[in-house]
Amino acid sequence: MSDDKSHDPNQMTGAAMIVRALADHGVKHIFGYPGGAVLPIYDEIFQQSEVEHILVRHEQGAGHAAEGYARSTGKPGVVLVTSGPGATNMVTPLTDALMDSIPLVCITGQVPTHLIGNDAFQECDTVGITRPCTKHNWLVRDVNDLAKVLHEAFYVATTGRPGPVVVDVPKDVQFATGTYHPPRKTDVHVSYKPRVKGDAAQIRKAVALMAAAKRPVIYTGGGVINSGNEASKLLRELVEVTGFPITSTLMGLGAYPASGKNWLGMLGMHGTYEANMAMHDCDVMLCIGARFDDRITGRTDAFSPGSKKIHIDIDPSSINKNIRVDVPIIGDAGNIIGDLLHVFKAEAKKPKIDPWWFEIGRWRARNSLAYKKNNDVILPQFAIQRLFEATRGHDTYITTEVGQHQMWAAQFFGFEEPHRWMTSGGLGTMGYGLPAALGVQVAHRDSLVIDIAGDASVQMTMQEMSCAVQHELPIKIFILNNQYMGMVRQWQQLLHGNRLSHSYTEAMPDFVKLAEAYGAVGLQALKPDDLDGALQEMIKVKKPVLFDCRVAALENCFPMIPSGKAHNEMLLPAEANDDATAAAFAGGKALV
Amino acid sequence: MNQPASAYFMEERHDPNETHTLSVLVANEPGVLARVIGLFSGRGYNIESLTVSETESLKHVSRITIVTTGTPMVIQQIKHQLDRMIPVYQVVDMTLTGRSIERELGMVKVKGAGDQRIEAMRLAEVFRARVVDATNESFVFEITGSTSKINQFIDLMRPLGLVEVSRTGVAAIGRGPDGM
Repeated sequence: MSDDKSHDPNQMTGAAMIVRALADHGVKHIFGYPGGAVLPIYDEIFQQSEVEHILVRHEQGAGHAAEGYARSTGKPGVVLVTSGPGATNMVTPLTDALMDSIPLVCITGQVPTHLIGNDAFQECDTVGITRPCTKHNWLVRDVNDLAKVLHEAFYVATTGRPGPVVVDVPKDVQFATGTYHPPRKTDVHVSYKPRVKGDAAQIRKAVALMAAAKRPVIYTGGGVINSGNEASKLLRELVEVTGFPITSTLMGLGAYPASGKNWLGMLGMHGTYEANMAMHDCDVMLCIGARFDDRITGRTDAFSPGSKKIHIDIDPSSINKNIRVDVPIIGDAGNIIGDLLHVFKAEAKKPKIDPWWFEIGRWRARNSLAYKKNNDVILPQFAIQRLFEATRGHDTYITTEVGQHQMWAAQFFGFEEPHRWMTSGGLGTMGYGLPAALGVQVAHRDSLVIDIAGDASVQMTMQEMSCAVQHELPIKIFILNNQYMGMVRQWQQLLHGNRLSHSYTEAMPDFVKLAEAYGAVGLQALKPDDLDGALQEMIKVKKPVLFDCRVAALENCFPMIPSGKAHNEMLLPAEANDDATAAAFAGGKALV
Repeated sequence: MNQPASAYFMEERHDPNETHTLSVLVANEPGVLARVIGLFSGRGYNIESLTVSETESLKHVSRITIVTTGTPMVIQQIKHQLDRMIPVYQVVDMTLTGRSIERELGMVKVKGAGDQRIEAMRLAEVFRARVVDATNESFVFEITGSTSKINQFIDLMRPLGLVEVSRTGVAAIGRGPDGM
């Protein structure tokens, strides 16, 4: 007697199902690190060529690489790691992706089902640990549930407000044979129905407010980027049709071009004076895909006191979380901007807001990003401006680490398109940028991918240089090296009596030699005159580069909204002498 | 304002707290209760009472009833945060509907003799509590009703030899012909 099922092509092992599901979801690249509990899956990966595996040096690197991949393509990033430490090392990138709404599908191996709960070797409660740092997670105990769960995982990660998901697969489930099926609608919980289309009545209310506005401002965030390229296109049209000024959060840079005439620059703690003043003094605020985060609002009881607020967000829990809004609209940013445009064009005229632009012009004239030029030492702001100039005309993607260099990159690098700027906004993960650059480069082999880094952050995930060399990913790590954890030091100077507790790196590695040790290229710029030549060299080299850019050690990041202050109480660079700084931060006893 | 040296704005809102009863329909699957409880502990929300049981076994649907306190903004957040969980079908604020019945069951053990025992028995009758276990020196009363009624009964039993109490927490359901 022959077994009927032996010729059924959908009969396969759990491990084979995982690789098959990846292919069915169009996954071309995954980032991972093998280990005991995922060996059956690695065995399947070995025997196929549809999915390319990028071997990182630490699971955190795999997570951030997948985030970079996802942010630069709009597709989900996929990670494969083993049980126990493999899974716990993923907690940081999962949390990072949750905070910044990045679609990740992370497959973790687990000890065999019968050992779960026994404190087995490399066992941890992966679904328990990752529950608060994923959009959803699953432990698959039966191989016949695996296909459904994998398809649902991709659906949940990529729809609604995107986010990371974890599928935990015990080793015996990977070995077991069961029935696979391709993705189908019934794979998804009936309780999960993200809303895409905005409410028509609310959209009308919003248009009425916008049409009557005297001092409007558009404030956009990462939601516009996540919504896809069409959303950015529609946003640009909305700005054109309404004539409104526009600012953006850190996450939203590039949705509207930095060279656009209505662009105010980034807002928030290190945003421009004009952006923050416009937010404070506006009468109508149109917030699209942003969440009134505490780095944006400053003190909440003094946030934009005179404005009617329209808030477009796909996640109802973002509405009225920090700031009460007048017209909430739940749905997809691109979809709703399209509807707004449609109604605005049909029923409203471009409001006359010349006096408002005149006011904004006066704020712009304060030139809040100004810094003193220096011919002897490289100022970090200058370095980023030169980097921006050097990369013009190239197909460039920028990632960053976290700290002063990140804020300077946001202030001084102009982004013209969405998906070009990968930075850890919500979680603020030092060590994000280098592996994220790897992921971007995997997705865009021929593009110029640069991690604008700090000397402290970059050492947190430096080991991934080895991955870059192995996979011939010519990422450029542009390190603004001031030998300090610059942002930590800035806060210690401003708020902790200049007691620089553990923010100075006494034993800095020689980054040029380090690059060479990895088989990469090391470059260095010590003086402003070195910079342009070295940058050209960096761009020309078709190998991974560590660029040690020695910058002024004590430069600080301004403008700045001091703690507990409102948008109209910014500290500008020209005014940031010791007395003014002390006054701005007074109230805290730390400056006594 | 005495803002300490921090990047975070530290002033707390002082809106008055409200108590709300939420009914949450969820898919009955492993970990769903942990998700709900984790949401409350992770985001610092209060749980005054929480009950959960499968209510439609064919559809694998469980009903969680949560009594929580918070400012109106926090209550709204809790509902949105619950609603966006993948296995959550529906969240209804029973307090806002204003047309719900809330009941709790308590079992109250009292130990005593003589007049105290007679008094406990007499009060139990007044509260329509049933005796579900008795020995020569003790009773276990079963009492059903609103949280405040049970609180009151327990307070009365305290001087009469209260030993221990076990309570189910609040279950709630809307009045009238319609379901959630």
